[in-house]
Amino acid sequence: MATPVKVYGPPLSTAVSRVLACLLEKDVQFQLIPINMSKGEHKNPDFLKIQPFGQVPAFQDESISLFESRSICRYICEKYPDKGNKGLYGTNPLAKASIDQWLEAEGQSFNPPSSVLVFQLAFAPRMKIKQDQTAINQNEEKLSKVLDVYEKRLGESQFLAGDDFSLADLSHLPNTHYLANAAGRGELFTSKKNVGRWWGEISNRDSWKKVVEMQKQRT
Amino acid sequence: MVVKVYGPVRAACVQRVLLCLLEKDVEFEIVHVDLDAGEHKAPDFLLRQPFGQVPAIEDGDLKLFESRAIIRYYAAKYEERGPKLLGKSLEERAVVDQWVEVEAHNFNDLVYTLVLQLVILPRMGKQGDLALAHGCEQKLEKVLDIYDQRLSNSTYLAGDTFTLADLTHLPAIRYLVNDAGMGHLVTQREHVNAWLQTISNRSAWKKLMMLANY
Repeated sequence: MATPVKVYGPPLSTAVSRVLACLLEKDVQFQLIPINMSKGEHKNPDFLKIQPFGQVPAFQDESISLFESRSICRYICEKYPDKGNKGLYGTNPLAKASIDQWLEAEGQSFNPPSSVLVFQLAFAPRMKIKQDQTAINQNEEKLSKVLDVYEKRLGESQFLAGDDFSLADLSHLPNTHYLANAAGRGELFTSKKNVGRWWGEISNRDSWKKVVEMQKQRT
Repeated sequence: MVVKVYGPVRAACVQRVLLCLLEKDVEFEIVHVDLDAGEHKAPDFLLRQPFGQVPAIEDGDLKLFESRAIIRYYAAKYEERGPKLLGKSLEERAVVDQWVEVEAHNFNDLVYTLVLQLVILPRMGKQGDLALAHGCEQKLEKVLDIYDQRLSNSTYLAGDTFTLADLTHLPAIRYLVNDAGMGHLVTQREHVNAWLQTISNRSAWKKLMMLANY
């Protein structure tokens, strides 16, 4: 029986939860090592050795120490191709290319505006930081335009990269979950027919429900 | 079958793709897209790239966008040819990928904003936001300190050979150093400086510079 892999970071972190969702989809045993960011543990010299930018998550298994959630996800899929969801990162080069394309779209087009909104709407209030209404308005508009593109795409295929759930869809779960729940902006997604359908399906996956449960337990 | 690369040869993201194809000796044809004329927002182009950005590629039946997805595809397709852009093992490949992600999320946005404010907007006759540019410069200093530390332990970002991790940085660094006058960010850091000298000396990069008329 393999030693559980290690993930460092709080489950409430969107990037950490991205990795947890992937591990659960792939049925890979893991140990979550908490990092208390409000106490600055992510800037401790020991942590900086495994993540020099002082960000979460970090990941270790018996052969590697890695950071950047999307590359951790790709690694897990490549290392355990036959475990859990076998098609998560595609089973041939063309499928993989499409998944990478939409993973990049998530990282480059979806993540920036949605991250600002998650921070402003879900985290700033609880951290007693004043909200920036201009930033909120600008990023809602940007995100809405991105979701227009998704609406068209998801009218042509079941999931972003094709007809199967993949890393590309998974990568959207963390931010969208906060926007649809804590931030009260679910309408951004549900007001669009195909995006609403897609969000309903991906957020209902067992793996994501387990992550949400982990987040609730650590509040 | 020649790979068609859609976009202007001077756009950083287009260059990322061209550089990969040059390293792997893959034949391509550049199909110019006139950004000034808004060609990237025209209905025809949006069919290729629904976010209205460059580059996009067409290779027979395959159509792809997002430069970092395109380079991952071609680096894997031609893994056996030319330099091992993805490393030599599963673990090395993951470290390569990690640094491509670092470039995408910790480096690119800062450089893009800085170049937009100091170079692009003024070229369009508009006022750049100097305070914003300066803020980016300060953040870049911290990021490049980490790169310098990394490069004091290995010749290239992902290890001891040139990979996608290094390649992906070249186009934006050229803008940063040559167009935005930020060369000191590199020259003040011994290992970053040595690294940039090494990777800019590659023949594929020199070919690209000629193609782009620099």
